[in-house]
Amino acid sequence: MRKNRFGAFAAMAAVAALTLTACGGSDAGGGASSDGDKVRIGIKFDQPGLGFKDGDKYTGFDVDVARYVANELGYDEGKIEFVSAPSANRETLLETKQVDMIFATYTINDARKERVAFAGPYFIAGQDLLVRADDTAITGKDSLDGKKLCSVTGSTSAENVKKDVPGVNLVEQQGYADCLGLLESGSIDAITTDDIILAGLAATTANKGKFKVVGAPFSEEPYGVGLNKENNKCEAINTAIKKMIDSGEWKKALDKNTEGTGYKPSDLNPPTKFESCS
Amino acid sequence: MEGYLSLWDEYGARIMESFWANLQLTFWAFIACAVLGTILAIMRISPIPSLRAFGTAYVNIFRNTPLTIIIAFGVFVLFGVFKLQLSEDFQFNFFLIAIIGLTIYHASFFCEAIRSGVNTVPLGQAEAARAIGLGFLPAARMVILPQAFRGAIVPMGNVLIALIKNTTVAVAGSVAEISGLMKTMIELRADQGILIFLTVAMMFVVIVVPIGLLITSLSKKLAVAR
Amino acid sequence: MSAPQQSVLFDAPGPKARRRILIINILGVLALIGLLVYLVIGLKGAGELAPAKWNVFLKGSSWESYILPGLYKTLQAAAISIVTSLLFGFIFGMGRLSHTKVINWASTVVVEFFRAVPVLLMMLFLWIMLANSGIVNAQDSPFYAVVIGLTLYNGSVIAELIRSGVHGLPKGQREAGIAIGLTRSQSLRLIEIPQALTAMLPALISQFIVILKDSALGYIINFNELLFNAKLLGTGNSNMLQALVIAAAIFIILNFALSKLASYVSSRLSSRSAD
Repeated sequence: MRKNRFGAFAAMAAVAALTLTACGGSDAGGGASSDGDKVRIGIKFDQPGLGFKDGDKYTGFDVDVARYVANELGYDEGKIEFVSAPSANRETLLETKQVDMIFATYTINDARKERVAFAGPYFIAGQDLLVRADDTAITGKDSLDGKKLCSVTGSTSAENVKKDVPGVNLVEQQGYADCLGLLESGSIDAITTDDIILAGLAATTANKGKFKVVGAPFSEEPYGVGLNKENNKCEAINTAIKKMIDSGEWKKALDKNTEGTGYKPSDLNPPTKFESCS
Repeated sequence: MEGYLSLWDEYGARIMESFWANLQLTFWAFIACAVLGTILAIMRISPIPSLRAFGTAYVNIFRNTPLTIIIAFGVFVLFGVFKLQLSEDFQFNFFLIAIIGLTIYHASFFCEAIRSGVNTVPLGQAEAARAIGLGFLPAARMVILPQAFRGAIVPMGNVLIALIKNTTVAVAGSVAEISGLMKTMIELRADQGILIFLTVAMMFVVIVVPIGLLITSLSKKLAVAR
Repeated sequence: MSAPQQSVLFDAPGPKARRRILIINILGVLALIGLLVYLVIGLKGAGELAPAKWNVFLKGSSWESYILPGLYKTLQAAAISIVTSLLFGFIFGMGRLSHTKVINWASTVVVEFFRAVPVLLMMLFLWIMLANSGIVNAQDSPFYAVVIGLTLYNGSVIAELIRSGVHGLPKGQREAGIAIGLTRSQSLRLIEIPQALTAMLPALISQFIVILKDSALGYIINFNELLFNAKLLGTGNSNMLQALVIAAAIFIILNFALSKLASYVSSRLSSRSAD
């Protein structure tokens, strides 16, 4: 009797081991990125308007640019595989060649260039504010004193605003969707992060017409295409981005993804100066 | 190593500040949950059926609700829906809301700790108290609870230790405490991730393990000789 | 078990005391009703009791696409964590009972460390680092972080339970095992731990409640469990209060059932054991 119970315990443990290995199996196949003639592109899966996974469809400005560039490089729709690339993992994904390119609100900066290479930029974003559509009091960073602001714990935007606007009241949440709820109910006055991310949030069906982007960016965030340092595609990607801008496709993609939010990209757009691809 | 040291230059002050917030949350929430928990325990052992029912319901509801939901409730409902602002100072407001959430949750455990202490008090003590003419409240105050507290050192200590660790959940309530800072640091300095985690983890080990030892020795010292 | 405890503090009341208890009881009932009325009026005034805010939960689609998938994830993570925690606890519990100094010492360090570190810290760390190192897919890392975090903490608690359970056994059990020719570890595995497990079953089930509750921490690291999905629903329909209440109610019912099971098991065990 007692031995039986112990047997059951051992059986449970064995099941655990099985379950674990079964789960472990599903994430194999990292590494090899250039198998066959597919291209693996890292995007955000949870950033509406930029990179968003909706069922088995991918939408957003990052995705549209990525598709265009991939087409120009000779990969048609069936050859593209989208992979989730959360902010904290982007360098690693490139270094370990789990992805070939990253289009994921990826700001070009020197710290990152030590580990990865960039092509582009394909967009110049800037930290901005999202407010309720009827709010006229907040016009930019200087009108934030005493206002209640929401951002995501640990994000660069939150760190910046803490440094730059000491008088501001900051609520830190786990994601921008949480901030939107608070903004809608009037508990906070504005959300801050990159302007195009805000526009994307405001453009979703559920939020249409409720919010607007202030349009006074107070930082410069050139979004580049992240590449492995040993890549040989940088020039070709720059050419593809230029072609996309010149053909009007770039503008079309941008308008489509920020429709109904009154969002106008800053004067720095479309980008004219590209990475040198050394 | 150099990278790790530069991390201290950059974040050292904030690490200390954030951890101090955890300790402050612990201090205030423990006092509040001890008071509330003791009141609940008296209700649960009292002869009044309605108060007993209330105490039992409270414990069963809040002991079985995830702390994360209670903290989220503070931000999204008390602040988000009812616009509760307990202080002019915005950050302090979330600090207070977090203390309320931590108190409500841990009071149910504190109540059960006291009740388990009451169970260690022999029947004869209560009989003796009644024999000298004490009613329920005087008997509880002068005879039962003092012994119950001494018999409940270990479970009460366990509530304290759980509380110290649970203050990290306040990150969901927009309190600038250590787990939020750790997340920030790891995201910005992924190369130092393991050392960052070990540093913060050791801060808790250094606080929690000695308290555990203290509780054990205290419980032996204060054990009611019978 | 609870019956004698209730009578510790007060006698069977006489007529006078009965009257006094009745009066205080009525006052207590009134106070509780007052509290309830106050809450209802407050909520109603704020429009939180409006049917529109609750109707969402009568729609099948809310359950199909938010609550049930979230609940499934919660239960899945909890169930796997329970099994892996048992495994972890069993191994390190054995380690703590081992007479080989190195094993004993190493197990003690591991168990004490993971019992002292907040689960949320482990989850946050694992969440970022697992995805970063490419060991798991980035979108799966919240799930793994929750399961591993819960396992390390609760496994350590269970290891400690096993150790104290075995220490609580009469010495004669081991001596009898050795007398019939078992080695020390055989006696531990075949005689002592199975008995300790039986005795600690109620405590073990209580630990499962902790696992189920703590799985909700996953919301903080973007694990799409019950609380996470309930919040999505609440944001989408501007009924956060209602969404959180429903999520809490589901957790309370599950945990309450588990704790009833624990007390049932413990009463069964205490009525069965002869010694």
